Amino acid sequence: MTTWEKLRPYAMVAPAITVFSLFFIYPILYMIYLSMYNWNFVSPVKHFVGFDNFVDLFHEKEFLQVIANSTAYTILTVTFTIVLSLLLALWLNRSGWFYGFVQGAIFSPHIVSLVSIAMIWSWLMDPEYGLLNWIIGLFGFGKLAWLASQKTALVSLVIVAVWKGLGYNTLVFIAGLQSIPKDIYEAASLDRSSPWTTFAKLILPMLSPTIFFLVIINMIGSFQVFETIAIMTQGGPVNATNTLVYYIYEYGFRFFKIGYASAAGVVLLFIVGILTILYFKLLSKRVHYQ
Amino acid sequence: MLLLVLIFAMPFAWMLSTSLKTLPETMIFPPNWIPKHFVWNNFARAWGSGPFLHFITNSIIVSIGILVMQMMTIIPAAYAFARYKFKGSGFLFGMVMITLMIPSQLIFLPVYLQLSAWKLLNTHLALILPFASSAFGIFLLRQSFKQVPEELLEAARLDSAKEWQIILRLMVPMAKPVLATFALFSFIAHWNDYFWPLVMTTDETARTLPLGIARIRQEEGVANWNVLMAGNMILVTPILIVFFFAQRQIIRAFVYTGVK
Repeated sequence: MTTWEKLRPYAMVAPAITVFSLFFIYPILYMIYLSMYNWNFVSPVKHFVGFDNFVDLFHEKEFLQVIANSTAYTILTVTFTIVLSLLLALWLNRSGWFYGFVQGAIFSPHIVSLVSIAMIWSWLMDPEYGLLNWIIGLFGFGKLAWLASQKTALVSLVIVAVWKGLGYNTLVFIAGLQSIPKDIYEAASLDRSSPWTTFAKLILPMLSPTIFFLVIINMIGSFQVFETIAIMTQGGPVNATNTLVYYIYEYGFRFFKIGYASAAGVVLLFIVGILTILYFKLLSKRVHYQ
Repeated sequence: MLLLVLIFAMPFAWMLSTSLKTLPETMIFPPNWIPKHFVWNNFARAWGSGPFLHFITNSIIVSIGILVMQMMTIIPAAYAFARYKFKGSGFLFGMVMITLMIPSQLIFLPVYLQLSAWKLLNTHLALILPFASSAFGIFLLRQSFKQVPEELLEAARLDSAKEWQIILRLMVPMAKPVLATFALFSFIAHWNDYFWPLVMTTDETARTLPLGIARIRQEEGVANWNVLMAGNMILVTPILIVFFFAQRQIIRAFVYTGVK
């Protein structure tokens, strides 16, 4: 083996590894380092404060609410997305151009920029002239303030997220359903088991890897929500829709409390890290299956 | 069933409808789905509210730039991971897999400080370099490179083909569907991205189309929904047209890359 042949694989992975080191690995370490300092970005001096930033964070009412908001947003979004898309998948898992057309229609929001989606829904949810208030008015309901009220703002954002994510999740479920061998259904129908028993005893367990995959992917995504909040609510009203990424963004870019914002970043890293470990555990299990 | 299509099509239809109305007509209830007079001028106003040609050029430079860089970094890396045995390959691949799950929303602050120290803020490079490689791309491509039978490579080597010839003439053509899928996925994601350009730029030199559209809001005020929706149409229409024609491929790309 010549020297070049020994070095070749390293040369080939070097560009990619360089990018990852510079823009993923190093920033993570740098963020952890910064989280232990007080620094405003402008001054050259950084004050070491140890874990004070974290102590401050968890004594801050605003931050506790941000964590609560992120958690509530994630739980609501994931639950509704998974349940609704599973129901849709069971229903749409048929061939025929019409089913294909419906699948395409519900998938379309997934490829559209979140900026557009946030703006369209801001208009739909306009308290005075929004279409949604007119529609619920037809059913005899009074006008809702949607994004303007502390009670409904977070739920309004959940509606937008579910609307955007439903199509993708449904299609992943359909892919999962189609990988279930046909003879299992046939056996079930020979046994004359009711549709509900077939679903609960056969389909649901066979789908469980898909369900776990989607739950975790959706959770990781929901904890990072930013665009809809930046455009639709700016974290308001009264902090009701402020979430982790938006909070870090505000403290870093508006108040220049870099150490404090980094500490919040480390908290997010911790949450996403746990979800990621779960995801990889699952992934290795799925590889075993095949 | 039709109701379902309606729920998903209605917001887009409402956007189109609003974008062609006069301002007073946006406030009429019950709403006119088809505007009385088509106000094409809304589009001119939206377009005139900022340097849109500039935003579009930036979007093209950034999305294509990312894609080209990704192809250049993921193809050799995926080949090395799929085909060579070398010391530390397990560790390096582990590093790739870890970055697979680090989203840009998590580390924008330290990256911003870093790019600021390198004086790269407000440049195209700040928007391209962090995405110049893709762990996801390496993962996908490695799988498909692994499936090429070893005999084929041996035969090519006997014909005294160089390794780079094997990659370009044999591996890449065979992995074309996976590469196309990944390219589509990457292009749409970065074309639509709002977050990264927002946090890495402070002026308009490198800002992209989604930021330009969001800017109309400041220029026109929040109440001018007709102009806002016209601007939004500029952003949404190209993607929806592409989706309309390549629906099957796009859906397959997203679902396939998601599940695997």
